[in-house]
Amino acid sequence: MQLTGSQFTSTTVSMGNDVSTLPDFPAEIRAPAGTLPGVSGYQIHFSSNQIYTPGDQADVLVAMNPAALKVNLEGLKPNGVIVANTDSFSPRDLQKAHYESNPLEDGSLDGYRLFAIDVTRLTRAALKESKLDTRAVDRCKNFFALGMMYYLYERPTDVTERWLEQKFHGKDDLIKANKMALRAGVAYCEATEVFHETYKVPAAKLVPGKYRNVSGNQALSLGLVAAAKTANLPLFLGSYPITPASDILHQLAGYKNYNVETFQAEDEIAGVCAAIGAAFAGSLGVTTTSGPGVALKMEAIGLAIMVELPLIIVNVQRGGPSTGLPTKTEQADLFQAVYGRNSESSLPVLAPATPADCFNIAFEAVRIALAYMTPVIILSDGYLANGAEPWKLPAVDELPSIKTRYYTDAKSFRPYLRDKRTLARPWGIPGTPGLEHRVGGLEKNEEDGNVSYDPLNHERMVKLRAEKVQRVAQDIPDLEVLGPESGKLLLVGWGSTYGAIVSAVRRCHADGVDVSAIHLRHLFPFPRNLGAILARFEKVLVPELNSGQLATMLRSSYLKETVCLSKIQGRPFSQREVFEKINQLLERTS
Amino acid sequence: MSTSAQVQQMPTMKKKDFVSDQEVRWCPGCGDYAILNAVQQVFPTLGIPREKFAIVSGIGCSSRFPYYMNTYGFHSIHGRAPAIATGVKVANPDLSVWVITGDGDALSIGGNHFIHTMRRNVGLKILLFNNKIYGLTKGQYSPTSEKGKKTKSTPFGSVDRPFNPISLALGAECTFVARTVDIYQKHMKEVLTRAAAHKGTAFVEILQNCNIFNDRAFADITDKPNRDDKQVVLEQGKPLIYGKEHRRGIRMSKYLPEVVDLDGSVSEDELVVHDETRPAAYAFLLSRMLAPEFPTPIGIFRAIDTDSYEDGVNDQVRSVTEKLGEGTIESLLNAGDTWTVT
Ligand SMILES: Cc1ncc(C[n+]2csc(CCOP(=O)(O)OP(=O)(O)O)c2C)c(N)n1
Ligand code: SF4
Ligand SMILES: [Mg+2]
Repeated sequence: MQLTGSQFTSTTVSMGNDVSTLPDFPAEIRAPAGTLPGVSGYQIHFSSNQIYTPGDQADVLVAMNPAALKVNLEGLKPNGVIVANTDSFSPRDLQKAHYESNPLEDGSLDGYRLFAIDVTRLTRAALKESKLDTRAVDRCKNFFALGMMYYLYERPTDVTERWLEQKFHGKDDLIKANKMALRAGVAYCEATEVFHETYKVPAAKLVPGKYRNVSGNQALSLGLVAAAKTANLPLFLGSYPITPASDILHQLAGYKNYNVETFQAEDEIAGVCAAIGAAFAGSLGVTTTSGPGVALKMEAIGLAIMVELPLIIVNVQRGGPSTGLPTKTEQADLFQAVYGRNSESSLPVLAPATPADCFNIAFEAVRIALAYMTPVIILSDGYLANGAEPWKLPAVDELPSIKTRYYTDAKSFRPYLRDKRTLARPWGIPGTPGLEHRVGGLEKNEEDGNVSYDPLNHERMVKLRAEKVQRVAQDIPDLEVLGPESGKLLLVGWGSTYGAIVSAVRRCHADGVDVSAIHLRHLFPFPRNLGAILARFEKVLVPELNSGQLATMLRSSYLKETVCLSKIQGRPFSQREVFEKINQLLERTS
Repeated sequence: MSTSAQVQQMPTMKKKDFVSDQEVRWCPGCGDYAILNAVQQVFPTLGIPREKFAIVSGIGCSSRFPYYMNTYGFHSIHGRAPAIATGVKVANPDLSVWVITGDGDALSIGGNHFIHTMRRNVGLKILLFNNKIYGLTKGQYSPTSEKGKKTKSTPFGSVDRPFNPISLALGAECTFVARTVDIYQKHMKEVLTRAAAHKGTAFVEILQNCNIFNDRAFADITDKPNRDDKQVVLEQGKPLIYGKEHRRGIRMSKYLPEVVDLDGSVSEDELVVHDETRPAAYAFLLSRMLAPEFPTPIGIFRAIDTDSYEDGVNDQVRSVTEKLGEGTIESLLNAGDTWTVT
């Protein structure tokens, strides 16, 4: 189902629609088919207008079995279209999905437009010449269903056919069978006129330029490599596989010809430690993981703070605590990122707003890490990581410049002598004659960096390290307010809640209701004008996928009362959830 | 490593060139001083420019070592030095990277990194200062302490069995495995020189006396009058002979080593002739020669020549770059399916 979904997405972006997707799959690799926990879904929202979310309610639901129907029915609009594969609605299938009677027949779907079609049998009939065995033929049925959707939404099949040729290169039987199933799905709709009508969704009026469809994990990988190239540094990734971050490791492992080295370590600790070692030796050190992995890395991150080396830590957040909901999304590692180390050990924390923004955030993280000689945490999440959207490629000459300065002058080198503006220490790398020096986790003497137990020096150093991180705010652009600059209600979002918040606020504006929003991509330190903006609003609403972590940080930083809209269900906000909360706070009936 | 041209240009270095300006803070009489001295004497002889040495350590008394060496140094966190050093070596294979670790640091908290570094054959020289005790935390038993050891944390004696670091390294298929002793300066310098030249992971266990918390832990093996009967020195191509007046030897019997008296009934031809290049199984048998039944082997158990991890990584980067051409930001962004909106 994930393949079918991503094919519909590719075809749709190639037609110039704006697209936002929400893949939703179980943690088990091959969860028992037909059971409720085994349902793998793919939600696609596409439009001729600009869109920000994968949509609240679907127009069409394709249910390949009863379990898929049961799990997803509540996400379908009243009077929406259901395409159901009748061949998998046997009594046994119904039982697996805990249906007492067949919903296709008992009238329970009367409020919808039901198309009950024997997809499996039709696929077999279409492929009766194929050399594949029945099991393999049956696997093509999703492509038959995809063909039906291509017919319904007037999409061509050629993008998917080209993809099949690449994907199954050398396996001609498979290419042929899947193409035939796809075309048979289209032909079936043409011949039988099942749907009576089809839908045209013309291209969106996107800003002119060259586009590419990217998921958050892809965009993040691209951003890291592009930033390393811009900084003229080799990139070293130390990582240990974990959902939903592994794709970054996979992707970077394929970029060897971009001066990228990837090290699949024995555990998360080794991953971050190797990245720190590489940074000591002069590479751009990166480590990628999810929350449980960050927990393991924290001691080493503290070391990176102490030795003041640049390092990028990517946390693709998932539901927790512990193993939690490995394939579902959550934003509950904000406290962990900002406060989760022993002692006073701050570092910059950033969060991308959309899948494509992962590229910009990666760039920004590298810029800060190198300018301030500090580890930086990026908080992505499962929804951004796997969700995809069209991305307008940046012009290479418009990318921010990132400077790398290895220190080489032996006469003036002092390991902890700081830059006046940034408080960064010099980066003197092994191999440079005359700069031999020692770093380590023990407290440093100011400037020369020798071990020091002097009480006043320690206090100075703790404050200096904190001050250095605070100074990152001096190059963060001011926040821009969406909507009026002051008023009754301000929404403050961070990370992947961007889409739901912006769509809800725009909907209010369309209704003539005044409400404003800002979105934080820098979570530590905050942008400098945040406090002033908060002060201009009566109420502040913070929607986040946790119990109120950003809300707590805002209260403690600015003494501003905040209302928290919290959701902890492993799923992103819908636009409606945010919209309704706005109405409630403004005492409006919607 | 350095080319011969570089070596010729380099001013000759002395021990003092490797002594840092930091005051050494080990307890007087600690075995660590002797190791520091040997390393500071060996480094100038290796033909490697001083700026190309990087010494990475974990946490423990032993791990303070980098502060006393005038090279690049990184005193890191407990147990993680092999992982950090792996990053250093892969990022810059041109460096001579040394790991200093203790028995707790390497075999307790850092056990995982220890074995995986060896499995990969990363080009690190790992010196394990084995004092069979946690020194820095003031005397708890360690993973090399003998069973029944009474310490602060085991007032009634420890109940767990120890690791044998040499066996463990061989089990992880380390390509260079050696043992030496803090007070054997000449032997230690020979072993360190060989370790420095090894490609891949070179592991050296150094028996080190902690005179404060585990004094004379190795006295049995190293004390003068009995020393010759308690240890056998492994030398490439030479039979395993030891004991006062060389009266004893090691022979293989039913796949296992046995001690024989060279009193005339057994000839030297029957003894094991040491060969470092044999499969790890041979070296493993040697590592299981335990006191009091056997003399403790000192020297190089195993040294084989095979590809290092960092060469593998960097060769792959080179070959993929040759094949696909060096990537640019332009090619990076424009890969995959793109379309143009006008
Ligand atoms: C994460 C962490 N846990 C525990 C410690 C405390 N600690 C410091 S050194 C040490 C043991 C050192 O023993 P060993 O490695 O044998 O070194 P030695 O002092 O004997 O040279 C311990 C437990 C620490 N520094 N960090
Ligand atoms: S405690 Fe033992 S190992 Fe540590 S410095 Fe003192 S003598 Fe050496
Ligand atoms: Mg010890």
